[in-house]
Amino acid sequence: MVKDQEFLEKKASYCLGLAKKLGSTESSVIINNSVSETVNFRNKKLDESNRSDDLGISITTYIGKKKSSISSSNLLDDNLNILIEKCVETTKNTPEDEFNSLPDKDLLAKEVKDLDLYDDTHIENDQKIDYLKKLESAASNDKKIVNTESSFTQNKSNFILANSEGFCAGYKTSSFTASSVTVAKDEKSMERDYEYSSKCFLKDLDDAGELGKQAADQTIRKLSPKKIGSEKIAIIFDKRIAKGILSTFASAISSSAISRGTSFLKDKVNQKIFSDKINVLDKPDILKGLGSRNFDSEGVKTDTLKLVDQGILKHYLIDTYNGKKLNLKSNGRCGGTSNLYFENGNISFKDLLNSKSKSLYITETIGHGSNIVTGDYSVGATGFLVENGEFKYPINEITIAGNFKDMFKNITLANDLEFKYSTNSPTMMIEGMVVAGK
Amino acid sequence: MSNFFEKSDLSRSEAENIISDTLQKCDDGELYLENSKSESILLDDNKIKNSSYNSDLGFGFRAISDEVVAYSHSNEISKNSLKQSSENLKSTLKSVKGTYNHEIPKSNKKYYENINPIEQKSLNEKIKILNEVNNYLRSKDDNIKQVTANFLGEQKSVEIIRSGGETLTDVRPLIRFNVSVMLEKNGRKETGVYGVGGRQSYDSYLKDDNWKSVCDEALRIASVNLESKPAPAGEMKVVLGPGWPAILIHEAVGHGLEGDFNRKKTSAFHNLMGQKVASEGVTIVDDGTIDNRRGSLTIDDEGTPTEKTVLIENGILKNFMQDRLNARLMKTKSTGSGRRENYRHIVLPRMRNTMMLSGNQTQDEMIKAVDKGIFAVSFGGGQVDITSGKFVFNCTEAYEIVNGKIGSPIKGATLIGDGPSILKEVSMVGNDMMMDPGIGTCGKAGQGVPVGVAQPSILINKMTVGGTKL
Repeated sequence: MVKDQEFLEKKASYCLGLAKKLGSTESSVIINNSVSETVNFRNKKLDESNRSDDLGISITTYIGKKKSSISSSNLLDDNLNILIEKCVETTKNTPEDEFNSLPDKDLLAKEVKDLDLYDDTHIENDQKIDYLKKLESAASNDKKIVNTESSFTQNKSNFILANSEGFCAGYKTSSFTASSVTVAKDEKSMERDYEYSSKCFLKDLDDAGELGKQAADQTIRKLSPKKIGSEKIAIIFDKRIAKGILSTFASAISSSAISRGTSFLKDKVNQKIFSDKINVLDKPDILKGLGSRNFDSEGVKTDTLKLVDQGILKHYLIDTYNGKKLNLKSNGRCGGTSNLYFENGNISFKDLLNSKSKSLYITETIGHGSNIVTGDYSVGATGFLVENGEFKYPINEITIAGNFKDMFKNITLANDLEFKYSTNSPTMMIEGMVVAGK
Repeated sequence: MSNFFEKSDLSRSEAENIISDTLQKCDDGELYLENSKSESILLDDNKIKNSSYNSDLGFGFRAISDEVVAYSHSNEISKNSLKQSSENLKSTLKSVKGTYNHEIPKSNKKYYENINPIEQKSLNEKIKILNEVNNYLRSKDDNIKQVTANFLGEQKSVEIIRSGGETLTDVRPLIRFNVSVMLEKNGRKETGVYGVGGRQSYDSYLKDDNWKSVCDEALRIASVNLESKPAPAGEMKVVLGPGWPAILIHEAVGHGLEGDFNRKKTSAFHNLMGQKVASEGVTIVDDGTIDNRRGSLTIDDEGTPTEKTVLIENGILKNFMQDRLNARLMKTKSTGSGRRENYRHIVLPRMRNTMMLSGNQTQDEMIKAVDKGIFAVSFGGGQVDITSGKFVFNCTEAYEIVNGKIGSPIKGATLIGDGPSILKEVSMVGNDMMMDPGIGTCGKAGQGVPVGVAQPSILINKMTVGGTKL
């Protein structure tokens, strides 16, 4: 069982009290507890069960403009005593930084809305096993599938965030996640692909059979890939890859990258960085949303932001420290975005595929090829050649490259947005990128 | 050494009883206890941005029956908590009928000293060096717009208690010192990153103003990149420099030779044992026994002493890397490669220090042998799809080669290749093998572990370079 609010609040107030007694002028504390139970299947048999019970505390103490922090998984009082004393000592010896401080009191969240993020349902391992049996049976229907690995996880978490300004709030969240990874083989090749579903509420989870079938279909269609020549060609990003491009955008507008001058989007607020039709929203109050929250990791109230309006960048993602440095108010984005998404475009998936006589549909990228300082992008890719709206054959061992500054201006979005992750995008086409192959 | 039972209501003998009771009729398993202390001190934007300290304590209890692994972990080392874990394991493994394998090899060799690097240098001294780094770099070049430098230090104590009470322990120090520089000139920004580290005290890496050479190297890489032009796109010859570029070996063949993927037959290498997978002259080992290296371990996380495992010998595939579970199921022995990020994670077969050994050619000969290609000196990181065998790595310092001569620097680009065939494309192996500077972390199944790599210069006949210039 996940620890209750009362236990966490008591610990938090103990820490704040002790920090004050030892000489800190301000302090904040976060305590998390998370209990997960996972069952893994492989080739229709039980492979692994895993139970984890994680407790963690993180304390930051300030003495004027000096700051230091400690974290631990051991919440026993005598351990906390040693650590808080160490933290305060370290704070004394750390140089001042004029921008160090807790958030402004008037920005802190005043109320905690119920965003429907916690499902009390407990699913026993035997029920997880039933789900995985059904999933793996659907996944291994086709003879070309030679290996299946599937997993079901139930997670229940609780947390408290408290600071010496009197803020003290937290709430429970839950998630239920199922995934399936399948390997298919033919004479020429062996390929792997996956499907995944994660929800706050058990009853919303995808059907086991459909998930397994989806994973298998996506793997089988990758068999016997070809390598193509190097050329400039329109690229269509599957939703699961398109969301990564949105995440890179979010990193590039984080106030820390902006204040340090290490982002290609520095000084671009109120400038056009996407084409007219592009809108980006970060909406924290979606009921049951995977990224939903009432406040950020400093306790600052999180409102919906239209980050990009008709192609124009409107906001950075601002926390307290970097906000003070940039002379801007925190907008509750310490720790990043909540439910971040591109609004739908106005053409269907089918019309997007049809819009070019020849294009590449990318389903997977590998490598860490996004450079937010320069905007350069170069990654390994796997996908399909599309001709006149039809998937012709699978492609691998190629790279795709460009620069985000140009790529952002050449995005066309389909109208097939769904909220499957915390960051989501409709299917995306970008023109003018370079493919390197043979 | 930590005494895990000192402040607990659970005594060692009670723990041993619960372990033996839970693991009877299991094939294998253990209680893994871990106490780690770590610090991070960061200078960024002319200021000490962060000084933090972490103390982490917990256990992971594992029971294995045939292929099935049951695992349970918790932060609370208490009677209640261990009993709950035991119940959890028993409920997964309902009808076990195995025989516990008590055999575990012994060695009294140690590859690093029992020290706590965090305690060996005061906070003030660490802050002083970081400030010196900042001043040194900013006075060197007017184009410097950002300097980031940090110290990461850790001491991890582990104890493994097996059924019957056999106990194995290890205390592992680890440090890392990193410097990152951003230059801006004529509106163009580029970064350079360099670092050093391993299983010794901070001073072993910083003495004699050694930190200055780390700064110089980061600045040199950033300066080169400021002059870089777009990278070419397409297949061409690639010369790799010695040392850190060996992450090519790590990605291209290392992961594919880990025991679990081969037992499950999901690795592109699973049916290639004893076959030629690389050019003659290519020998690759994975070695956990090099003194003080980042990837070295006295014992692995199952208690097995590490070793030097020959993976590929003169082009022929000889061994996979094994933990106890995969070794048993593949009827071979553990190579001391069973590792986990910490007590929250299950053991997997992992790399330690993966090295391609020297041949007898020179880097000059390789450059001269290339009409059109690239010379890659430094890398950011890599990734592999072990099933299709396709792997990538990202250049952070590279040059074009034109008619046997090194030309202009080129922008960072991803290189992609096919693991099982790439080593057959190696046509020259240099005589200049070098270890990396001690900064690598390998990720697998959500777990990061410290690793090392090494190689001499090599010439690869054909690889796809992911630039933008057609």
